[in-house]
Amino acid sequence: MQEVENKEFIPTIVAFCCNWCSYAGADLAGTSRLEYPANVKIIRVPCSCRVNPMFILKAFQSGADGVILCGCHPGDCHYMTGNYYTRRRMSLLFSFLNYLGIEKERTRVEWVSAAEGARFSMVMNDFAAKIKELGENKRLQDLRIKGDR
Amino acid sequence: MQRIGVFICWCGSNIAATVDVEKVSEVIKQEKGVVFATNYQYMCSENGQQIIKNAIKEYNLTGIVIGSCSPRMHEATFRKAAQAAGLNPYMVEVANIREHCSWIHKDRAEATEKAIILVRTAIAKVLLNTPLAEGESPVTKRALVIGGGIAGIQTALDIAEAGFEVDIVEKNATIGGRMAQIDKTFPTLDCSACILTPKMVDCAQNEKIDILSYSEIESVQGFVGNFTVTIRKKARYVDENKCTGCKVCMQYCPSKKGLNEFNMNMNTRTAIYIPFAQAIPNVAVIDPEQCIKLKTGKCGVCKLKCSAGAINYDMKDEFIERKYGAIVVATGFKPIDLDNFNEYAYKDSKDVITSLELERLMNAAGPTNGVLLRPSDNAHPKDITFIQCVGSRDVSGCGKPYCSKICCMYTAKHAMLIREKYPDTRVHVFYIDVRTPGKNYDEFYRRAVEQYDVDYIKGMVGKVFPMANGKLLVQGSNLLDNEQIFIESDLVVLATAIEPEPSVRKIATLLATSIDTNNFLTEAHPKLRPVESPTAGIYLAGVCQGPRDIPETVSMASACAAKVIGLLVKDKLKTNPCIALTNENMCNGCSQCANVCAYGAISYIEKEFRLGGGKTEVRRVSYVNPAVCQGCGACTVTCPSGAIDLKGFSSKQIMSEVETICKK
Repeated sequence: MQEVENKEFIPTIVAFCCNWCSYAGADLAGTSRLEYPANVKIIRVPCSCRVNPMFILKAFQSGADGVILCGCHPGDCHYMTGNYYTRRRMSLLFSFLNYLGIEKERTRVEWVSAAEGARFSMVMNDFAAKIKELGENKRLQDLRIKGDR
Repeated sequence: MQRIGVFICWCGSNIAATVDVEKVSEVIKQEKGVVFATNYQYMCSENGQQIIKNAIKEYNLTGIVIGSCSPRMHEATFRKAAQAAGLNPYMVEVANIREHCSWIHKDRAEATEKAIILVRTAIAKVLLNTPLAEGESPVTKRALVIGGGIAGIQTALDIAEAGFEVDIVEKNATIGGRMAQIDKTFPTLDCSACILTPKMVDCAQNEKIDILSYSEIESVQGFVGNFTVTIRKKARYVDENKCTGCKVCMQYCPSKKGLNEFNMNMNTRTAIYIPFAQAIPNVAVIDPEQCIKLKTGKCGVCKLKCSAGAINYDMKDEFIERKYGAIVVATGFKPIDLDNFNEYAYKDSKDVITSLELERLMNAAGPTNGVLLRPSDNAHPKDITFIQCVGSRDVSGCGKPYCSKICCMYTAKHAMLIREKYPDTRVHVFYIDVRTPGKNYDEFYRRAVEQYDVDYIKGMVGKVFPMANGKLLVQGSNLLDNEQIFIESDLVVLATAIEPEPSVRKIATLLATSIDTNNFLTEAHPKLRPVESPTAGIYLAGVCQGPRDIPETVSMASACAAKVIGLLVKDKLKTNPCIALTNENMCNGCSQCANVCAYGAISYIEKEFRLGGGKTEVRRVSYVNPAVCQGCGACTVTCPSGAIDLKGFSSKQIMSEVETICKK
């Protein structure tokens, strides 16, 4: 029998979660023991509007296969209007990423409240499955001039 | 050179069962910058904290990482421990290896690997942390209570008792709320008004309490300790300071066909009215929709008859701006609309009523002076059927998925009161389950069954048919006998589900606090912080947070008061140091950041910069007010020159976290 190299592709997924809703939602998913893949790693930010499009570019440049951004539901932002900015910025960034050749399914904005542990787990399972389906991402190149400045 | 210490917690077996904590600390020891790494059963315990403190001193640590439960749980604990050992509390980072790792993964190798990455990420962040100092903001020593029901009244009385000024804003013309409408209270059967109205009077007489009736919240600005609230005092067309409550106007008012909301629209009232006899403030109000003078300009009888000269038809809504340190929401509930429940014939028959309507029918001050009469023909009902869970525990989407909690008890109360007063009446109760936890509650229900012989039928009602003879045919199922039954009834009472007062949605938006899918306000922690909202300085009392009865509401109100007093006794509050900061050298004063700031924290100042060669220039640069900035970071992303950064969540820190996670 020919030995087939059977190395499973495990995508790297970065999840930005706002402190007040989605991070708490992720905590609730934990308290409720609702599983989602271990390759999802969460970064805590005060508000989804803290996420600079640069961070997402940085993630793709560093080898992320998918980036998901979670915030409070529209109208429920702890900082009143933060997630509205997120929504606008990300829709611009995502179409830009698409233009760069990064499938738009590799990025996503989801609203998860602090009470939605089940939803958090569901969203992460769904997103991780989708990224796995898409396969490995092309790494963005940093074309800035390197060297000692 | 940074010297980082890493502390991995087992959390008993919560973490250690799925994460190899030994391995994590071993691997992490090799990380750049890490000079010490250990693990311990309970890092949050006294001993665990001592390990942290000792290590900080012994190894002269410049930053620490704790791999433990969520930072939302114990970040404050570990910061305090660090501070006690002389380390700046903001040089602490928590890697969440419980909620985000051990609890959601079963594979030990996988969970251990993830825990290592999470701890590495926290190390990457802490390496870029800078010591931060908390600021201070003053506290306005006055509280606002929104809603003047029993929850609001109790909160206000308790806060005033401690010597702080408190305002009650009530949207109706009188305080008292739902409890004022109730006839008797379970399980003691004492008269609701008799225990409530003295408290209302106490509120009115307390010089620390200001009752703003017939008023609503218009806007809210600021933050904990420093709220500025605009209150709309709706025009009541009667001068509150002049009206004596003599009710002469009500005798002469020719417009008598307004529905009496206090009696659940079961009888009528005049256009100028006092909601009920013990109203506080005992001042008349004119219904502008009904008043002939206000609608057509022709009438003015009440003004003629008012010896106090209190009537003023030209009155306009008035706006009052006040400052508060804390806000308590006590907006209460209403029974749900029965539009989705045509099977109970509520719209078709006058003799199908809700429980709250029954309360008014049985109340001595109600439309029938306390005599139980059928609304259709004023006859004494002989057969009364109660239907429980109307709209409660309903997952079909027509009603509410939750249990309204109070219905089992008040239905037992109604059944008992009716059997006591009219022993010849037959009373049937359809129920799904009878839920009576609480002191003396189950005994109370047993009394209804055993002593008062109330016919409890386990099962649900399919349909109520109004019949030609004026009676109602109730078709239901008896699950215990497994048979369909029909009961001819004179009166059908629906134990209607309760829902939060609809105005709470607007109030939640104004207060920037969270609300759940059923419109109940969300508490900061379901078990440990049940009366605080997630927004600092906002507290929740009564049914606005979830269904509850009067004793629980009063306890919650007193708990709120205790929290508010605890806040108001402080002269200064520590403010979050994780706020935005402008790098003035990079700022070009474009105003983008001020445009996105929801708090108005950003202003512009003229500043002189040295250009070299002895020359200077004056430039306009942004300035973040540290007392107002809440630290959301909206401005940091907006700034086209990257001049604003967020302390504690700086771009460099987050980028470094991203890189660590993605490193393969």
